[in-house]
Amino acid sequence: MNFAVLVFPGTWSDRDCLYVLRDGLGQQASPVWHKEPDLSAFDAVVIPGGFSYGDHLRCGAIARFSPVMEAVVRHADAGKPVIGICNGFQILCESHLLPGALMRNDSLQFRCMDTHLRIDNPHTMFTSAGSAGQVLRVPISHGEGNYYADADTIARLEDERRVVFRYVTPAGGQTAAANPNGSLNNIAGIINERGNVLGMMPHPERAGDALTGGTDGLVIFRSMIESALAVAG
Amino acid sequence: MPPDQRTLDQLSLSLAEYERIVDLLDREPNEVELGMFGALWSEHCGYKNSRPLLKMFPTEGAYVLTKAGEENAGVVDIGDGRGVAFKIESHNHPSAIEPYEGAATGVGGIVRDIFAMGARPVAILDSLRFGPPQPDADTPPGVAAHNRHLLIGVVEGIGGYGNCLGIPTVGGEVSFSPSYSGNPLVNAMCIGVARIDRLQRARADGPGNLLMLVGADTGRDGIHGATFASVELDESSEERRPAVQVGNPFLEKLLMEACVQLAEEHGDWIVGLQDLGAAGLTSSSVECAAKAGTGIIIDVAKAPRREAGMTPYEVMLSESQERMLVIVKPEHEADVRALFEHWELHCATIGRVTDDGIVRIRDGDEEVAAVPARMLTDAPTYVRDGAPPRWLEDLQRRDLSPYAGDARDASDALLALLRSPEIASKRWVWRQYDHEVGTDTVAGPGADAAIIRIKGTTKAIAATTDGNAAYTHLDAYAGGAIAVVEAARNVACAGARPVAMTNCLNFGNPEKPDVYFQLKEAIRGMADAARALDVPVISGNVSLYNETNGEAIWPTPVVGVVGLLGDVGRAVPLAFRAGHDVLLIGPQPDVAGLAGSQYLRLREGLLAGRPAVDLDMAAKLQRFLVDAAAAGLLVSAHDIAAGGLAVAVAESCIAGDTGFDGDVTGDALTLFSETQSRAVVSCAPADTAAVERLARSCGVPAARVGATGGERMRLGPVDLAVHTLRDAFESGFPEAVAGVNANV
Repeated sequence: MNFAVLVFPGTWSDRDCLYVLRDGLGQQASPVWHKEPDLSAFDAVVIPGGFSYGDHLRCGAIARFSPVMEAVVRHADAGKPVIGICNGFQILCESHLLPGALMRNDSLQFRCMDTHLRIDNPHTMFTSAGSAGQVLRVPISHGEGNYYADADTIARLEDERRVVFRYVTPAGGQTAAANPNGSLNNIAGIINERGNVLGMMPHPERAGDALTGGTDGLVIFRSMIESALAVAG
Repeated sequence: MPPDQRTLDQLSLSLAEYERIVDLLDREPNEVELGMFGALWSEHCGYKNSRPLLKMFPTEGAYVLTKAGEENAGVVDIGDGRGVAFKIESHNHPSAIEPYEGAATGVGGIVRDIFAMGARPVAILDSLRFGPPQPDADTPPGVAAHNRHLLIGVVEGIGGYGNCLGIPTVGGEVSFSPSYSGNPLVNAMCIGVARIDRLQRARADGPGNLLMLVGADTGRDGIHGATFASVELDESSEERRPAVQVGNPFLEKLLMEACVQLAEEHGDWIVGLQDLGAAGLTSSSVECAAKAGTGIIIDVAKAPRREAGMTPYEVMLSESQERMLVIVKPEHEADVRALFEHWELHCATIGRVTDDGIVRIRDGDEEVAAVPARMLTDAPTYVRDGAPPRWLEDLQRRDLSPYAGDARDASDALLALLRSPEIASKRWVWRQYDHEVGTDTVAGPGADAAIIRIKGTTKAIAATTDGNAAYTHLDAYAGGAIAVVEAARNVACAGARPVAMTNCLNFGNPEKPDVYFQLKEAIRGMADAARALDVPVISGNVSLYNETNGEAIWPTPVVGVVGLLGDVGRAVPLAFRAGHDVLLIGPQPDVAGLAGSQYLRLREGLLAGRPAVDLDMAAKLQRFLVDAAAAGLLVSAHDIAAGGLAVAVAESCIAGDTGFDGDVTGDALTLFSETQSRAVVSCAPADTAAVERLARSCGVPAARVGATGGERMRLGPVDLAVHTLRDAFESGFPEAVAGVNANV
């Protein structure tokens, strides 16, 4: 599978994503500078974490105007997978590819720590290699990860099972203490209506190696690869 | 006619130094020239007081590739064609005035030093010191609130800058003493990895080559920062606020990516790379020329400005952040410009290298300064007479043996130690730092030493910072030596072989005999320890004049040690796992181990006695730890430091969520002495004999003291549930920083 890993000025998870996709999973993956207008050669798009444009104005607010984002919209419209991680999630919200917004953490502090994510919908191209209720240990690293949307939007997301990942205890319990940033309904990751665009605050690429934090994040990338093979097959 | 005293004071030059400049030039310097002398002859740039003392440090070793003082940072060769560059630097004075920006730009400065070498920064560590965060006998509530304000701001600044760069902050320390009220210490260390054949030099070689200034535009911020760092703080220091720089980590990130790409892919386009730090364009350009034995011409009119109407003096002395000087071969000027423009950075050719050894500054057609480069870098040095402080002898002679006997309420004492902000978990601090980006962090904050794997090899590096100023306050020689010994021991506990060190010397005003005595003795102790452990000094920084209203800080040498692990799979954690034997490695505790100990400070309010260290034993323990790890014998290893054996065992229990059962005598000496060169290790019962044999062959005492398992820690009279230990350990720091944070 051929992944495009987008690079905006200020992106820093690009190298980590490239490493896990190439060295960890043996996939093709290329860095793509934000001025690139064409993504048609790629099967999947990764919008990695970082501080695109230094988070100036608002996280992701400037990156959404980069030329590559028009190509991302076309890619998503074609039904091909897009995963936005951390700042990538923020960019997807700013671009209106996903609903809602990510506000300052309720602690008003940056947080870098392990979180536990429960797979609440295993029937997506990002979770098919996992199982319903499975708990993944994946770290977060953000100051603005507090997911918010109006009540109607939240109700729709829940009704349509578009909340894919939720912050939970290691045993799978949805508690306030397990919520690291104040996100509504402990939301850690959501998909669009069509199910091919995922935004998540935690960093699955940091959970790709037993030596440095476990391998639970690989479930997400493996799901993308298997789903693509299933489509191709 | 010499300038008036006020002008000289502003430049931190003495009248004698001014007269020396006139002698050397054979004329009076003009304003621009005098400003350049002031900056380069400051303690911060010129090491006037410390240079003769720093010669005591050993600088050579089997791994050393670039020695101290040769480049922006020292480099060690770790094999596989890779070099590791590292350095520590202070940003104390700016952080005292403006904690967020002071700490942020401290991180920015040290990171630039590393990528100026052509290395990609892979880790940051921060060694921090503050006044007490809660009121006590020496700390009125208002002072405690200000200390909290500084701590919170510094931590936010480090996170705000480092997190944005995508460099993990993997370790460091936070420590407290009333002597830091009003004068916090912020020492930042950065480590980078480069291919050895891509390393860059900070030299302006080759007349005709071009000087390009890249990155941020030049503004009026930070003028006189180098001289500001070389004077004492007082009430008027707040007026120096314009001398504190403001950071833009986004720009630094772009600059870092551009410079690393330039070094890795196009090193043949350039001859030198230098960051603009203290004294800005002046020190960076003059030092590059002096090193190469060349001259330079700079036209300040060509430097992109942030504001109109800046004088040549202001352009030359601005400390605007996020700027680099690149010495470019003329045929590649357009290539280099294109590379920086790709990263959306400004780039201006402001001058060229010449062959006459003279730094000439022009403003358009007019020459505004002309001084031989080496005259500027050859700052005068002072060898002073030190004398021990008058209070020292009484303090050292205090008999501590009455405190060595039975520990009153040993369990309570242990919980109080674990809860004290000095020993308590610093999670509150490091969860605000991204310590995982780069996916190389095998062990991060909270470990004895951080472990960073080197992708593409089986290797890893281990790194830590250490420095116990209570010891140095009581005995500067022993405190200096222990800073090195403890840092190296932390690295060895992780299983890595210590290969080199960097250091930051934070002291008071060296013109005072007692401060000079402390500085000299601490350096002598550090040098002896560095020799004994074979960890040469490859870089460092000196921060003097750390005084507030005439009161010096405790003498605070901070040491950063980097070690090498040949096989990252052999890294040793500090956490116990159930079902293993636990051994105490090292000498019997002694009364010297109570001097400056956390136990006596906390339980008896006593800071006295004379700490000591046996350097021969330290070297033997280091060999044991490295060999035992390489042989795969150890399940865990943790050094005995602040809080003694009881705290070391408790920390291993907490980290592994596993109990311990062991029988030791219940006296305070056994439980809480901080006697050097000791570690608590655990191993499979089948390996215990082999561990004991190895210890014997290394000449280190070893004794089995118990076994791991269960949910309680039992150590002599101590009997506590592991979750009780954890509650104390985890709650201490958040409690210490809680309160009304007056923005004073």
